[in-house]
Amino acid sequence: MIRSARVLEMMVAVMNSPEKFPQPQGKLYEKRASVHPQRIDGKFRRLKWAIMVLTLAIYYVTPWIRWDRGPYAPDQAVLVDLANRRFYMFGIEIWPHEFYYVAGMLVMAGIGLFLVTSAVGRAWCGYACPQTVWTDLFQHIDRFVDGDRNARMRLDKAPWTPGKISRRLFKWSIYLFIAFWTGGAWIMYFADAPTLVVDFWTGEAAPVAYASVGILTATTFIFGGFMREQVCIYMCPWPRIQTAMMDEKSLTVTYKDWRGEPRGSLKKAEAQPGSFGDCIDCNQCVAVCPTGIDIREGPQIGCITCALCIDACDRVMDQVGRPRGLIDYATLEDADLEKAGKAHSPILKTLFRPRTILYTSIWTAIGLAMLFALGNRTRIDISANHDRNPVYVQLADGQVRNSYTVNLRNMENRPREMIIGMTALEGGVMWSNTGSREGAGQTLLTKVAPDSVARLRVYVAAPGEGPAREDFALTVTAADDSGAKDMDEIFFERPETGE
Amino acid sequence: MSEKKRIDQPTGTETVGHEWDGIEELDTPMPRWWLWTLYATIIWGIGYIILYPAIPLVNSATEGLLGWTSRGEYQEQVAARETELEPIRQALVSTDILKLSGSPELLQQAIEGGRSAFKVHCVQCHGSGAAGSKGYPNLNDDDWLWGGDLEAIEYTLIHGIRNPGHEETRFSQMPAFGRDGILQSGEIQDLVSYVRLLSGREKPSAAARRGAALFEANCAICHGPAGKGDRTQGAPNLTDAISLYGLDRATLTDTITNSRYGVMPRWGQRLDSATIRMLAAYVHSLGGGETLPALDEVNEETLDQVRTGSRDDGGGDEQS
Repeated sequence: MIRSARVLEMMVAVMNSPEKFPQPQGKLYEKRASVHPQRIDGKFRRLKWAIMVLTLAIYYVTPWIRWDRGPYAPDQAVLVDLANRRFYMFGIEIWPHEFYYVAGMLVMAGIGLFLVTSAVGRAWCGYACPQTVWTDLFQHIDRFVDGDRNARMRLDKAPWTPGKISRRLFKWSIYLFIAFWTGGAWIMYFADAPTLVVDFWTGEAAPVAYASVGILTATTFIFGGFMREQVCIYMCPWPRIQTAMMDEKSLTVTYKDWRGEPRGSLKKAEAQPGSFGDCIDCNQCVAVCPTGIDIREGPQIGCITCALCIDACDRVMDQVGRPRGLIDYATLEDADLEKAGKAHSPILKTLFRPRTILYTSIWTAIGLAMLFALGNRTRIDISANHDRNPVYVQLADGQVRNSYTVNLRNMENRPREMIIGMTALEGGVMWSNTGSREGAGQTLLTKVAPDSVARLRVYVAAPGEGPAREDFALTVTAADDSGAKDMDEIFFERPETGE
Repeated sequence: MSEKKRIDQPTGTETVGHEWDGIEELDTPMPRWWLWTLYATIIWGIGYIILYPAIPLVNSATEGLLGWTSRGEYQEQVAARETELEPIRQALVSTDILKLSGSPELLQQAIEGGRSAFKVHCVQCHGSGAAGSKGYPNLNDDDWLWGGDLEAIEYTLIHGIRNPGHEETRFSQMPAFGRDGILQSGEIQDLVSYVRLLSGREKPSAAARRGAALFEANCAICHGPAGKGDRTQGAPNLTDAISLYGLDRATLTDTITNSRYGVMPRWGQRLDSATIRMLAAYVHSLGGGETLPALDEVNEETLDQVRTGSRDDGGGDEQS
């Protein structure tokens, strides 16, 4: 009861505070208050730098990694080949019918987010979300072109002089440049990157490539350059979902109000020692916030837990000689314990609790199951469909013929010869649409091109006397050393009576 | 309701004044940029109304500056597809039908085209699976009345069967032996016994023996002395397991008494030659198609030889 009441309280607090700024009443629409975060250095800022470099590097470099798959398959390590319906990821090649691997990966990504959220709160929002990474990048551009917080605020308020206009145009063209490269890198995942780059600039790429680049350039330019935290607050569903997933043991950026309040400047504190908390009301935590909130108002939807306010506050606390951690990662439970003057539960105990262990086990189980399935999948496949119209054909010599549409799947990157065989059909012979009944036998040899499906019509003739429906199987065996085989259970139909 | 409006303390925002079980809603202002998206959709909508058919009138709708219609788009797509297929149709018409099996890709394209055309023009009689029904031949099997190689099938398609007023149509007429009084009903029953004996449906009997003599006198001229039929006249082979109308006694009696006169339209006047060739290729591909002799070297001379030869061979086989 206590736990759920606390969570509810937190959720209500989060939902009730979408905006930091007190709003004039009776207005239907409100202009966005621009956010000008101040430069800050600290351990979380450095972590954000590292993650930004890593994620951007993964995004831009991945399509250029080569991976030798022999002469019959593309040599791009990661390739979503929509035109040929193949998905390549290093040593793994996924066919459309194996899409459950992709679905499994999405499920794992989902559970991974559950795990991260229940353990460390909105860490995804704070560090790894593309919206966060690109917003961060664009805010660095702002800083590079217009200077730090105060200079930017001044420039914002300044009239539109030619100087300001040229400065803005310069900044926006950098935005546009980055946005274009962001969109441009995206399409590299869908075609051979070196070829596509040449095609793109010579105007020979597919129209969808230009459209994708155009759309992604526009969204990056608008979302990263102008919408920024508005995307997180108004458009993204994930903060709402995360709010429901956090509990009192999830780490979140917390202002320790019991330690900080009441706020008072250093001067006031010197004048009246003992009557003020540790917060000197320097507003540094607000100044550095990339979403423009005041963390001292408590957990709120605008907080992406990037922890830059922790860096800012720690620096100030160091300067004024007070202990660090006035703003810190803490769980709601720890906050209550600390408020009551009790010791925290150990951090490992908080992280490794039944909920996170359960998420980890499910995540691992799905991963292992997929790896197992991946290791055991066959690279040869036969699927036979009994043709229904007509179900059987009476032949002149009294035999009955059935026909089957047979798909032979060669999932290896080399041409293969395959032998189609049949089991247990008394007196049955078969031939294919390229052969004839005169050359019919118990087996058929056919060639299947690398990494493709061969479709052929197989005719099977058998004596007219027999059960109206007889089960048998069509088999396929690779005519090479691997001896890989597969079979499909199928049936043979005859007229009900002799006449 | 509105008198319940109050300022929410933690956020400083006014509530809307509703309350459900203690839950209240904040009257948070919309972000102003949201308005711009609304205006953008309005502008888009105006542009759409001007450019595309939009406002419904009594009989139609406003036309729109672009003149776009869904039917027009459909026709464009059909026309584009036809332009795309034109080279295939040209190649099909200009390739000799004997050489078609030598170019598997073209043959396959012809078969696929024929599959579509068959569904439009042929399924009414032959059924969607080409399995036919009583009086309408099953095109999947290996028993052909007029010949089952590509060339013969194409000829049948072009000229039809028993097509009135057409010189080149496939034609033959079986006498109505009973109705015209050529045979008495007892004789017809004997003949039925013999025909059923030919395909192994009945055991030898005295009636069949009498029927054999009648067959020799009345039927062998078309169906051959052994009852194996004659493709030049479309006379069915009576010794195999397949029959067009049925070989039970009642049906056979009816056939001999009243004769049969199956008709097929001639498609040469309705369809272009490429489509007919596609249909021939499709019907031939259904599983019972007969092969034409393979050629080592294809030129006009060998084609002529095969052509005359295959005709003779076909006829000769049936007679033997």
